[in-house]
Amino acid sequence: MTTIYVPRDSAARSVGADDVAVAIAREAAVRGADVTLIRNGSRGLLWLEPLVEVVTESGRVGYGPVTESDVAGLFDAGFLAGSDHPLSVGIVEEIAWLKDQQRVTFSRVGIVDPLSLNDYEAHGGLVGLRRALEIGGDAVVEEVLASGLRGRGGAGFPAGIKWRTVRGAQSDQKYVCCNADEGDSGTFADRMLMEGDPFTLIEGMVIAGITTGATQGFIYSRSEYPDANDTMREALEIAYLNGLLGNGVLGSEHAFDLSLRVGAGAYICGEETAMLESLEGLRGMVRPKPPIPALEGLFGMPTLVNNVMTLASVPGILVDGSAAYQALGSERSRGTQVFQLAGNIAQGGIVEIPFGITLSELVNTYGGGTRSGRPVRAVQVGGPLGAYFPADKLDVSLDYEAMLAAGGMVGHGGVVVFDESVDMSLQARFAMEFCAKESCGKCTPCRIGAVRGVETIDKIREGVDRPGNLVLLNDLCDLMTDGSLCAMGGLTPMPVQSALRHFPEDFQR
Amino acid sequence: MVSRYSTWSAEAAQQVLDLLSEGERLILPALQALQHEFGYVPREAVGIVAKHVNVSVADTHGVLSFYHELRTSPPAPIIVSVCVAEACQANGSRELVTSIEQSIAPVGSRSADGSVDVVEVFCLGNCALGPAVLVNERLVGRVNLDSLTRAVATARDEVNA
Ligand SMILES: Cc1cc2nc3c(=O)[nH]c(=O)nc-3n(C[C@H](O)[C@H](O)[C@H](O)COP(=O)(O)O)c2cc1C
Ligand code: SF4
Ligand code: FES
Repeated sequence: MTTIYVPRDSAARSVGADDVAVAIAREAAVRGADVTLIRNGSRGLLWLEPLVEVVTESGRVGYGPVTESDVAGLFDAGFLAGSDHPLSVGIVEEIAWLKDQQRVTFSRVGIVDPLSLNDYEAHGGLVGLRRALEIGGDAVVEEVLASGLRGRGGAGFPAGIKWRTVRGAQSDQKYVCCNADEGDSGTFADRMLMEGDPFTLIEGMVIAGITTGATQGFIYSRSEYPDANDTMREALEIAYLNGLLGNGVLGSEHAFDLSLRVGAGAYICGEETAMLESLEGLRGMVRPKPPIPALEGLFGMPTLVNNVMTLASVPGILVDGSAAYQALGSERSRGTQVFQLAGNIAQGGIVEIPFGITLSELVNTYGGGTRSGRPVRAVQVGGPLGAYFPADKLDVSLDYEAMLAAGGMVGHGGVVVFDESVDMSLQARFAMEFCAKESCGKCTPCRIGAVRGVETIDKIREGVDRPGNLVLLNDLCDLMTDGSLCAMGGLTPMPVQSALRHFPEDFQR
Repeated sequence: MVSRYSTWSAEAAQQVLDLLSEGERLILPALQALQHEFGYVPREAVGIVAKHVNVSVADTHGVLSFYHELRTSPPAPIIVSVCVAEACQANGSRELVTSIEQSIAPVGSRSADGSVDVVEVFCLGNCALGPAVLVNERLVGRVNLDSLTRAVATARDEVNA
């Protein structure tokens, strides 16, 4: 019997993985070959998708990108024995691109059957939770603090401090809310983990629940992720059936209920207080802070809000110990960051690596430059509110403080590459347009400022009083930066002003 | 083409709302449940939801008008959601939008035969394989007009099946 993996990840499906899986099953039946087909998550080498893996004595041999019409030829070539073929990429774990990474949070993604709890446990799953139950809440908080883990949703706030605050809060009811609203363009790590290894997120949330004293959790996902939501719902059901959720988590005295909620297309609902409003069923309007959600969050109760990556990192930290995690990284950015290489890039996908790698290494070494083959011109890091870097300034180290010093931010780790055909005045305009469309409308600098920003950039593009309008645009950006309630209005100037600073010629055409 | 959804009636709406769990007796989940069943949330539903959830009509209307995805009129049987965010722009989504406009319909409108709605979305999480489009619930990567036309045809078959 031969085991074959064909990803069920929606990125792989978007380029034909389902057709390939069907073709393999059909061809195997016709040839009387004894195969077991497993639909795994994606390894994150997205340019090779659909990446088919065959289990051989020497390891999992990969073939990609495979199309439906390649399948018969693969059988002819003897791919069930791992034979050579033009599409062969060899032993997948030996591919330098993957081998050089340090996968901690993504350690199981692409390897396991996402909905098999047995497979999950066979690959180290639930060890972290068992340890948490054993050492108790105070010790878990100490571990998370000592690991140096910071929030992966964008703001980089130390996770342990938040956990300690919620644990210390006195209340009959507390909540854990996972922010899975992943709205940043160029990011897909949360989605891939939910599709490829959902039990890790569930385990992380259960640990968060028993540690903080919260008995109810929510995963706030987005409607743009139908596959991830389906997988997550199935995983939750399996977790309940196996005593991982509900009363008496893994036979302990702790109770933890967890459910999935899905948004309705509003970027601002990724901002944590807007998310809480949305979870209460209301408009996603940003709340002023204080009070902080850790003390007064969902329905006014103490609430731990963490990103998918933050929560999914905790089980691994508890397995290997905080020291192992804290040993990775640079300066005050500890551990690994799951970078996502996107846009016009030859080798896009997931690169999980300790903080401190340079942007150039990511874009040029891992990414292999642009997919179009034309020179890189600009790279946007950290989503739609992140800065654009020009091709000659990619030597910046990717950690929270170094990025800040370079006028940017790591954000959720998205890296979007543009080639020389990009018009940066159009990108600046889009940043303002996006803010105008997605603003919650609570404060004037953002609600009105973004609309004025679009108009002003249009004038500049049309050549109307350029010097005057450039001054006006910079003033407007300063006003939005200083006067906005949240980072939506507050950081929209970042892409705009980085475009102005590094690509002034695009505003003079 | 047939619709993927049930036909709206106040009675049917009430049945959908009655099925909500205790924790989902909130405005947004109620509106989403109705849209899931009927494809849209008619104005008439606002009062029904407000009553069921025990909130004001104004608050219910406020939620309905806030979320981009909630619709107040029936959708076409096929919805093409085109990603227009940055990573897809880097892979030519602006050009794709132009050709969709010429061959199907402009963003934000319905095709002449009434079978396809074209809407814009910001990121589908397929940013390394853009441009990306969602055809009903199926994600399509590295889209061009050819592959999009095929995906729409598949969706048409599914809806009619
Ligand atoms: C406009 C805006 C959008 C945001 N979107 C997200 C998001 O999609 N996912 C996320 O985890 N955090 C997002 N954040 C950050 C959250 O407000 C919050 O800091 C985070 O969820 C906290 O979790 P962490 O500490 O684990 O990062 C966003 C913030 C802003 C201002
Ligand atoms: S900055 Fe924008 S999104 Fe944030 S609270 Fe103000 S209006 Fe809302
Ligand atoms: S930007 Fe288009 S899928 Fe993410």
